[in-house]
Amino acid sequence: MLNRTADNAARATPEPLAKTIRGISDKGLAWLFISPTILLLLAINIFPLFWAIYLSFTNFRANRPNEVVKNLGLSNYRRILGDQDIWIAMQTTAHFVFWTILLQTVIGFTLAWLIDRKFRGHAFWTTIILVPMMLSPAVVGNFWRFLYEPQIGLFSYVISFVTGIPPTNVQMLSNVELAPWAIIIVDTWMWTPYVMLICLAGLRSIPEYIYEAAEVDRASNWRQFWSITLPMALPFIMLAVLFRGIENFKMFDMVNLLTGGGPGSTTEVASITLKRQAFESWRTGYSSAFAIILFVAVFGLANIYVKALNKVKQR
Amino acid sequence: MKSTLKLALGLASAITASTAVSNAAHAEDLTLCWAAWDPANALVELSKDFTKETGIGMKFEFVPWTNYADRFLNELNSHGKLCDLIIGDSQWIGGAAENGHYVKLNDFFDKEKISMDDFVPATVVGYSEWPKNSPNYWALPAMGDVVGWTYRKDWFSRPELQKEFKEKYGWDLAAPTTFDQLKQIAEFFQKRQIDGKTVYGASIYTERGSEGITMGAMDVLYSFGFQYENPKKPYEMDGFVNSEKSVKGLEFYKALYDCCTPPGASNSYMGEGVDAFKSGQVAMHMNFAFTWPGLQKDENVGGDKIGYFVNPKGPDGDQFAQLGGQGISVVSYSDKQESALKYIKWFANKDVQAKWWSLGGYSCLNSVVKDPKFPSSQPYAQAFLDSMAIVKDFWAEPSYAPLLQASQKRFHDYVVAGQGSAKDALDGLVKDWTQVFQDDGKM
Repeated sequence: MLNRTADNAARATPEPLAKTIRGISDKGLAWLFISPTILLLLAINIFPLFWAIYLSFTNFRANRPNEVVKNLGLSNYRRILGDQDIWIAMQTTAHFVFWTILLQTVIGFTLAWLIDRKFRGHAFWTTIILVPMMLSPAVVGNFWRFLYEPQIGLFSYVISFVTGIPPTNVQMLSNVELAPWAIIIVDTWMWTPYVMLICLAGLRSIPEYIYEAAEVDRASNWRQFWSITLPMALPFIMLAVLFRGIENFKMFDMVNLLTGGGPGSTTEVASITLKRQAFESWRTGYSSAFAIILFVAVFGLANIYVKALNKVKQR
Repeated sequence: MKSTLKLALGLASAITASTAVSNAAHAEDLTLCWAAWDPANALVELSKDFTKETGIGMKFEFVPWTNYADRFLNELNSHGKLCDLIIGDSQWIGGAAENGHYVKLNDFFDKEKISMDDFVPATVVGYSEWPKNSPNYWALPAMGDVVGWTYRKDWFSRPELQKEFKEKYGWDLAAPTTFDQLKQIAEFFQKRQIDGKTVYGASIYTERGSEGITMGAMDVLYSFGFQYENPKKPYEMDGFVNSEKSVKGLEFYKALYDCCTPPGASNSYMGEGVDAFKSGQVAMHMNFAFTWPGLQKDENVGGDKIGYFVNPKGPDGDQFAQLGGQGISVVSYSDKQESALKYIKWFANKDVQAKWWSLGGYSCLNSVVKDPKFPSSQPYAQAFLDSMAIVKDFWAEPSYAPLLQASQKRFHDYVVAGQGSAKDALDGLVKDWTQVFQDDGKM
């Protein structure tokens, strides 16, 4: 009976497709299927990268296609690295990345930890918390711009109610000191749920028996948190930090919508500077060099970080 | 069978013929590209006459001001065929001419006897010529525009406010003729309660992203003595851009921003200015003249409630205003250049220009603006005429974009963010502009 079933199964299994197409091996067929994707990837990812590397050594400007393109060697890179405004933009970016990651990680993990308690209605609250993340950045940017409006914005009235400062004096987007925080608040509001989701996955992956063993050993809740919860969720937290770090290093839409880099250049992050150079000043070669520098910086930092993450996972 | 065949053939021929006719009609359609704003709607209305006269259909591609330059410069740079005609910004002329985006119109003007002497001289220099002040024409002046001011005539005429103002400043509250007066009026209205509502002094340009703060600051700086370069030595900017007079002008603009603008007005340009004025927030409002027809018609602030004045004089009595507006050009990549030139010829016509003004566009034709009836044709007509007589424009160099970005940054850093001094900002601007011209091989 068993043999007959096996025979039937063998008969039902189709012969490798390659055998039906003369002259094409299984490997060849695999390449045939993969090649469109590879070609597409080369066309839209790899070629532009190499083209940008080439342009970064030239004085090419996209708005002057007829002009002779000169090779400038490393001149664009030297100018960027010696440009004080670029370094200020990098510092501004680092400031945003640091504070957004710190706030999103702390709040996101705390929320995940609370949700993981599985209190009554936790599914409903999880959904509510996730709403900001599901909105389009354009919607969020405009929505918060109205909230921050000093004359009619709700945010200004809430701050005014709490502090007693007149609402028209709460100028979140116009004030040099407050504008960076206005963006950090919005980004944190929008992306903390994302960190929460990853942390929640981490917390749910910790086997229950470890806590049961700790209970048997009479470990306190605090001890369980420090010795079990946090170390075991750490790779997930680090993963969330990696994702948010890369995303926030490239932060553009929120800043563009809320402040456009202002007031002055207070919130001009690297991506805004890059956009101004590339698509407003039309310094294509120069901005390509800047893009390459940013790419190398993110790639390098992410690599170092991933190595650290792997070590944590192996522990 | 024969009759069935005949019927089928007849139907097929009819369908083919109608398709051909329809294609022929569409082939003649012209696409005109411009910014999405009130004058564009007036142009749509006006162009219906062109279609009636010539049978050439008109399609329009209007893009909001915030994307106007990006969208159409990309189109031109990529040699796109979307636009047959384009009403491009005045600063584009240099780049568009040197990069071959626009058709040179000299021969066409000669052939059709269109004379640039028939147009307001400032608009010819500003919208048509490259190199400047040379008889090389790349556009027909289409939409005259200039930065000027509107004010709340109804507030200014209140006896109690007039009395209080006179006691405080010693002169009658009226449209200012100097910047000192403008600032006094702005201070007077700042945070004043009018009809139970807090109002503010003035709405001025502070926008960072495109060109706003530059247009606003320059509007003031010119009258304080700012010059782009040494008149005797092109591209020599040190001592001119950052002269003592320029520094005072920029300091004045910052003082006006600090003392007298509505809260949160740190990124305000044309739209935000109109909103501030229409909502009754401000006593005075800096904006391009194209906004005036709309404001005049506004139920809340228009009619008898609104007044217009020319950009005031600086400390030494100099008086200039920032030029806006555009010329209309034929795109060199268009396949329908002949029809596009027909449109230009039609648009240059005296009667068409008169109708253009009546619909809300700003004609640049002398016969329209010098008509004795023109100053009284609209409440703002005289202010427009006076303003157009004192215009200056930003660099129209092929590299105008990086030049503009530099001034946007330097001005915003100082005026809005309060970083450094006016001297620092203008010294920085000289440095930035020098770098741009060096990159271009002009220095």
